[in-house]
Amino acid sequence: MTELLPCGARWEYKGNLAHRYYRPASTTCLLTECEPTFDWHWPVAAAGLRSEVVRVSVAARAAALIVAFLCVVGLGVFVAVYYIGSATTQLPIVHYTASGGQVSVVLQEDPQNDSTTRPDWVTYYTQDPSTKQWLHTTLFSVPANTKVNVTIYGFDGCTPLRNNYFSEVQGTIGGTVNVSQYDQHGKEYVTNKLMSVINSWSDCNVGHSFAIPDLGVFVPVASPNAQLSANNLCSSSPCTTSGNPYARETFSFMSPKQTGTYRWQCFIPCGGGFLDGNGGPMQTLGWMMGEMDVVSS
Amino acid sequence: MAIEIQPERAEPTGGGPDIVGAGLPWWRRFGVHTGLIGAVAGYFLGHWLGNFLGGGYDRSSLADTNDVAIVLGYAVAVIGWLVGLGVLNDLFLMMLGKPVREEPRLLGIREPGVAKYFRFTLDHKVVGIQYLYGMIVYFLTGGLFAMAIRSELLSPTYHLMGPDQYLMVVGEHGTMMMMMMSSVILGPFGQYFGPLLIGSKRVAFPRLEALGFWLTVPAYFILLSAVLMGGFPTGWTGYEPLATQATQGEDAYFFAFGLMGISMILAGFNMIVTIINYRAPGMRWSRLPMFIWSMFTVSFLQVLAVPVLVGACFMALMDRTFQTAFFANQLGGSSFLYEDLFWFFGHPEVYILALPGFGVISEIISVFCRKPLFGYKVSIAGMLGVGLASFFVWQHHLFDSGINPDMRPLFMLTTEVISIPTGFIFLVAMGTFWKARIRFSIPMLFALAFYFNFLIGGISGVFLSDVPADTTEHGSFFVMAHFHYTIMGGLIFAFFAGIYYWLPKMTGIKLNERLGKIQFWTMFIFFNTTFLPLFALGMMGMPRRVFEYARNLETLNDWVSISAFCLGVSVLIFVINFVMSVTFWREPEVGNPWRARSLEWQLPTPPPPDNFRRVPVILASPYDYGVPDALPVADFNPPPGVIGSAYAPASGRVEG
Amino acid sequence: MSTADTPAEAGASASPEPRHGWRLFSIWIVLSVAACLAIWFAWYPHMPPGRMSDSAQGEQFDIGVLAVSAAPVIIGVLLYFIYAIVVWRARPGDDSDGPPIYGNTKVAATWIIGTTLIVLWLFVFGTVQLVVPAGAGAGEGPSPIFKLAGTQTAAWSPGGNDMLQVQVIAQQWAFTYRYPQFGGMESTVLDLPVNTPIEFHVTSLDVIHSFWAYKLGVKADANPEVDNVAYTTAKATGGFIVRCNELCGIWHGAMYNNGTVLSSTAFQTWASGVQAKEQTEGVLAALPTYALTYDPTVIPQLGKNIVQVDGITGAAGYYYGSGDPVTP
Repeated sequence: MTELLPCGARWEYKGNLAHRYYRPASTTCLLTECEPTFDWHWPVAAAGLRSEVVRVSVAARAAALIVAFLCVVGLGVFVAVYYIGSATTQLPIVHYTASGGQVSVVLQEDPQNDSTTRPDWVTYYTQDPSTKQWLHTTLFSVPANTKVNVTIYGFDGCTPLRNNYFSEVQGTIGGTVNVSQYDQHGKEYVTNKLMSVINSWSDCNVGHSFAIPDLGVFVPVASPNAQLSANNLCSSSPCTTSGNPYARETFSFMSPKQTGTYRWQCFIPCGGGFLDGNGGPMQTLGWMMGEMDVVSS
Repeated sequence: MAIEIQPERAEPTGGGPDIVGAGLPWWRRFGVHTGLIGAVAGYFLGHWLGNFLGGGYDRSSLADTNDVAIVLGYAVAVIGWLVGLGVLNDLFLMMLGKPVREEPRLLGIREPGVAKYFRFTLDHKVVGIQYLYGMIVYFLTGGLFAMAIRSELLSPTYHLMGPDQYLMVVGEHGTMMMMMMSSVILGPFGQYFGPLLIGSKRVAFPRLEALGFWLTVPAYFILLSAVLMGGFPTGWTGYEPLATQATQGEDAYFFAFGLMGISMILAGFNMIVTIINYRAPGMRWSRLPMFIWSMFTVSFLQVLAVPVLVGACFMALMDRTFQTAFFANQLGGSSFLYEDLFWFFGHPEVYILALPGFGVISEIISVFCRKPLFGYKVSIAGMLGVGLASFFVWQHHLFDSGINPDMRPLFMLTTEVISIPTGFIFLVAMGTFWKARIRFSIPMLFALAFYFNFLIGGISGVFLSDVPADTTEHGSFFVMAHFHYTIMGGLIFAFFAGIYYWLPKMTGIKLNERLGKIQFWTMFIFFNTTFLPLFALGMMGMPRRVFEYARNLETLNDWVSISAFCLGVSVLIFVINFVMSVTFWREPEVGNPWRARSLEWQLPTPPPPDNFRRVPVILASPYDYGVPDALPVADFNPPPGVIGSAYAPASGRVEG
Repeated sequence: MSTADTPAEAGASASPEPRHGWRLFSIWIVLSVAACLAIWFAWYPHMPPGRMSDSAQGEQFDIGVLAVSAAPVIIGVLLYFIYAIVVWRARPGDDSDGPPIYGNTKVAATWIIGTTLIVLWLFVFGTVQLVVPAGAGAGEGPSPIFKLAGTQTAAWSPGGNDMLQVQVIAQQWAFTYRYPQFGGMESTVLDLPVNTPIEFHVTSLDVIHSFWAYKLGVKADANPEVDNVAYTTAKATGGFIVRCNELCGIWHGAMYNNGTVLSSTAFQTWASGVQAKEQTEGVLAALPTYALTYDPTVIPQLGKNIVQVDGITGAAGYYYGSGDPVTP
């Protein structure tokens, strides 16, 4: 324990460093006891350089301020452009309006598509009710509490299902779908067959599926048969019924009373080149999955 | 104790011996601009190479995507960036047998102008400032993504953005924060003040240290480039096999994470060697500032845990590009392998995030309580204990995952045991506060908030470690609240404390006090109103990373979102404060405004290029406040010949 | 380490140093007891996840006990900091240092022992709570060690202690459920009988999902080719929600369905009805034989692997190419 020193004493410590430290004189001195006050102002000269605010030129500072401002502006622009250009805002929404208490939704699915970046992705197309044009989108809207009649043209070939449970039709009115199949010459080799299950295991007849899980609608989408699938499939998109084999399937369900956005998707791995087949188009809006907006009628 | 003995110079000469490019204008020297050229050229070269190698794969033609090209593009771009930046110049000179040019750092931070910050420099102080600006930018970017997340979660039914966009935003936010923030204190403050606090003139490996910083820049941009490719759907954890199934954005994620991992390894390695070998004479282990102890522990964690991540990222990229099957169950691989590799890194990673916060805050409370740190050895035991134990707890992320349950009680025990050394930090704080003289400067306010937040975060961690309770809480918003409290409430508050505390030393400018107090209070209040309800949300059944949730949770989510926007505003206040203070207001604060005893405050502002004119001899602990006859902390003018042979004698109080 | 208190100041103030320790302790005791009582009696009965099943009840109990154990700690630390801020702040104009207290062995030892005891208590409690309620609803992998008592039967009937087996198949992005004791029928609806031990076998067909029945207190990750077993017994009828708890891709947030706990007889009627319907429609024959895991690349009925179905356009999901082996 170090002793307290008399006021103003020069103090040195014992050791092999021959240095002395001055203790500034204390301001309160009572008899032999002192309470040294501490002055934390080290002589800066010992370090050889004096302290100063880091010099930054006015030009550099102004530049920094401008850069910061531009970053904010740039960010705003990016957000605006990105939001405006994003899939949900960029993809057209096809609006179906009711007539006679019913609404007709028409879709087709193709083995490839007409985009430039992803020409080999499988995709759905939605038909605009007024122009009859096939739009590359999977967003559509239907009025609430209405009977929705869906027609799906299946141009893509058949494939085994990962989960054969989805070959069973669920959630449609009557629990069935109405299937017709045509070959590339237009010959109808299956006509208006009402099915509650589409055989995809001992025969090859299902290409994709259309499901709205929140409404309990799970519908396998029929395809051309195995032999046609192997040899004659449509090769340019959007596919047309002349010159290509296809399956045409119709079914109906009631749109819910509660408005909102209901997702729909395919449950059959169609994403070629992606592990488990559920990547790529299966995971991108506008291709094999979409949203059904239920709006108030 | 090895220190470098350089021939003493009487006075650092103004121009010094050959400084690289001295006199050349900035655009003729190597810098960010040349690095950019190298990066772009490298990207195109790598992309072409990738197409050449992998263009013929079946999956490339089916999926219309060539991940080999993307990954190789990134890889060669990073190499081009480094070459363009001038990182490899010295290496090339040595390979050609030419003498390496004298280190240009002799002017270092006193070189006028801002061009030095855009260059590969060897002065650790310049690197520290580069890190500071970088980290602020990375933090703000991650924060913007967070604002987007909360906007989407305002309504369970109306969706602002598509589900793919939402997942992209979630992944970007999480990865940006977890990846970049691991260096948020080690970078700016560790690199800047590490050598200063131990009395060293330099770091052990200045080139590796600078390289560590310059790797964070491509990592940041590569991660952001995922946005252009539709993002990645796996969140920051990158679980397989979803990660192999994902489209191209996932390559950006794995590559950026691996790159950042390399940066962390280099930084940690450098810090360990510097602390062990470059301490000044007299700087015993028992006199090291607590901040240095935390840097030391964190560096070990980085060097030991991060290579596992780099390995996992590499394997995942192999799965995605050359179609190996490390993580594909149906081909003999294992998705559990990825989870184990990731979390073996992931758990030490969160302690890499938390420990530097402990270190900074320990420094700050000692100064602003004007008392020695209570239980110095207990605090060290806490840091080292947490660091060591962090390697033995990672299974608690996997309690429900389907791994064998026999080790569950063991990992429950280790996870709960790790709260004991964490508690030491609180013991130290409470002891330091006992009968102190507390000054409420802005750094101290942040320090107090740190303890409050980390208390809640830490206790909620105990809830999660209990396996039965974890069945409800795992993967829910309860976990979100827990780690936001520990990481944001802990580390980020400590980061702000550090900025307000140390900016006067780094630049001679202090941040505006009024704005600082406004920032602190808004940030503290809104941080708690944002994240405290998340505990309830998680307990009520809301999983993580969802864009839809049960309708009865909407009110609580709205409250949280609005609070989050206000929290964003408080960070904006900081940005305004920082930008305006540095560019415009420039209130000078040179000298030692906090009257601190630690070494860095005994130097002029900014510190000279070599830090100390002579290597100081350390005489006492920096925590000897209140001791009436405490020795000065160091002798800055030891006579020549003393260095390397003397140990300062123990005198004054015995440190406990 | 030496203990030091501030030496009495020369010309010291008239009042002695207040006994901070006792003050803090007494306030803390009062607050802690009040908080613990409030938590246990007012809050615990309403704590999540509720009491619909025995694992949920166990988890609720756990969370309650943890809260009661944590409350004194939180109150203690917060109280100390608030006290310190109020009592030990530097008075304006006071620039002096605080007393140089470097440490106190007794305090440190007490703290370390105290925290260790709390941790050990939590560990023992947690382990007991894990073992006793059969794994607390957490997924235990293919070889569970904490099991429910129940008779394993080929066909389930109400009334006895028959264990109901439910296979949860997670796929992107919906759950389907198979009941092996009802012919292996599959359904998108999860109905369960009350007061029956239930054994969930959770697996996935593609990526990692997680089956979280919140009110039943069950959470088990679904991994491809892994059977993850979890147990529970529902104690009350009513509805519950099942959500996916592990990020599985784009519709992860929308991957949920409702489930119902019915009386045992109502459940049996429903399950037999579905089984009969699927039998007549031929779906039951199409489903693969019930197994604990399914290889998504193998369709047994086809007798060959999906990756080798050549000549079929469209993806069929293959990634590794027709020449790659299924198992190396």
